[in-house]
Amino acid sequence: MIISDRTDKSKYSNVWVVAELLSGKIQPVTHELLGAARSLAAMRSSQVWAVVMGSGIAEQTHSLFAFGADKVIVVDDIRLSGFIDEIEASIMVRLIEKYKPEILIGAATARGRALIPRIAVKTNCGLTADCTELGIDPENGDLLQTRPAFGGNIMATIRCSNHRPQMATVRPRVMKALEPDFSRSGEIIRENVQDSDALKIKRIVEIFHSDQATVNLGDAQIIIAGGRGVKGPAGFEILRKFAAEVGGAVGASRAAVDAGWIPYSYQVGQTGQTVQTKVYIACGISGQIQHLVGMQSCEVIIAIDKNPDTPMMQIADIAVVGDLFEVIPEIITNLASN
Amino acid sequence: MKIVVCIKQVPATSEAKIDPETKRIVREGLKAIMNPFDIYAVEEGIQLRDKFGGEVIVLSMGPEKALLSLREAISLGADRAILLSDKAFGGSDTWATSYTLAKAIDKIGDVDLVICGKQAIDGDTAQVGPGIAAHLDWVQATYVMRVEDADSKSIKVKRMHEDGYDICEMDFPAVITVLKDINIPRVPTLKGCLASLKIEIPVWTHADIGAAIEKIGLDGSPTRVVKTAPPPPRNIITQRIEGSPQDCARQLVRELRIRSIL
Repeated sequence: MIISDRTDKSKYSNVWVVAELLSGKIQPVTHELLGAARSLAAMRSSQVWAVVMGSGIAEQTHSLFAFGADKVIVVDDIRLSGFIDEIEASIMVRLIEKYKPEILIGAATARGRALIPRIAVKTNCGLTADCTELGIDPENGDLLQTRPAFGGNIMATIRCSNHRPQMATVRPRVMKALEPDFSRSGEIIRENVQDSDALKIKRIVEIFHSDQATVNLGDAQIIIAGGRGVKGPAGFEILRKFAAEVGGAVGASRAAVDAGWIPYSYQVGQTGQTVQTKVYIACGISGQIQHLVGMQSCEVIIAIDKNPDTPMMQIADIAVVGDLFEVIPEIITNLASN
Repeated sequence: MKIVVCIKQVPATSEAKIDPETKRIVREGLKAIMNPFDIYAVEEGIQLRDKFGGEVIVLSMGPEKALLSLREAISLGADRAILLSDKAFGGSDTWATSYTLAKAIDKIGDVDLVICGKQAIDGDTAQVGPGIAAHLDWVQATYVMRVEDADSKSIKVKRMHEDGYDICEMDFPAVITVLKDINIPRVPTLKGCLASLKIEIPVWTHADIGAAIEKIGLDGSPTRVVKTAPPPPRNIITQRIEGSPQDCARQLVRELRIRSIL
């Protein structure tokens, strides 16, 4: 299984994107990764390839060309209808050995964060998680991977000089997708699942698709988050209305989750999700450090709180001093009337 | 059921203060704690043992002071602990770390289940759990929110995805990484605390686990950190909006429009 320790770099070329699928649909983060891959490929004078693994996915491949892929490897098999880490990793290891990509990027999602590390270990490659910036070293052509560590308090730039492919994951909404060009097309390469890919695997017994069960805060542009100041489940109803008005998602602090007002899947912070949205509106969240590390990399932070002296009100770009139960309905009215 | 729980000692951000200039967290001088996600991994191990029998072994790689976190796991009810500590482990990235842990799990022998927290709060990579599974060539389930069932040969778990969840069954040996909502961790008992003080915790080096020197530490790590820099500081001036609820709302909406947010 294992590729040689120090790889002959000259044999490796092209930038690969591992397509992210949810419920059998290619996710927007894939298009964002293709956008990033295009600029890397331009600097390396190479091609962008996408790899799609799933079941009944053939019709979706044209969008990958539109968003920047030159070639698409399609592995379409009924055994790939659920997410079986072991099969997908095994397929990827074979494809990497066969086609030798120089760079491989995947989505830092629940699926990507399970799959890509497994591939990296099996191919003896380094992997950098949650990159916010990808570039090429002009001197030697290495991939430069920049990521936040310690809850966004340090930006580390990482390289992987002796191993190929160089691997990175990127969170949704970090990179920009190109304007799709539906006149673009390219070569489709079909690959199969081999029995050897499916020797030691998990069995998926049930799959539930539900907006209620989990929430993907990473996909939102705007998060309206509530904390202790929201006072109860009814308070979150106001936040939901606010979120619906601006097309955002609802989030929560640990205090609100621990109080049982909203499920854990909405929690932002150290033991919840880390988010990097364009706008984060903290409502009645005092801003304990554990919460701040989960959201301080958002572009614009707005705090709404009666208490003007909380940490959140200090770090916010805009701090609204007021009772959220009075201010938010006014905001909604104001937005609706415009 | 022979269970290994991998834990990591990390700096306690809860103690941290915000630098008034950069508005970022000051890292220096933080005390060390057990990675918060790992507490749930320890608890899940203990619950499974209590239900199905067997033992819980906590495993950590780190400096000598990581013994404190291992003792904490003992105080909660783990049966024994092992520390992997060796100068040669220094500078390990996630590839080398998961290799080292996998070698130790191999040496422990006959392990059915490895449990890790979803990720550590300092690195935030979530790569070590699946990395261990890959090195051992075991099945894996990450983002586990509930153990549905288990017996002496297999485990059934509920995994969280962005669009819902699934339930999957895995034959042992297997690796799972757990989310915070999987259980409610217990507090240490007096008996547990006494046990944690008395227990002898073996310290294993790379030679003890038969780890290849070229695969551990900085030399065994494919990645290199070439530069660290503070992130661009947040805004220094907070714009404050005060007044009646109507005024606040009007000003905020105007501000959001000026900044092209809405």
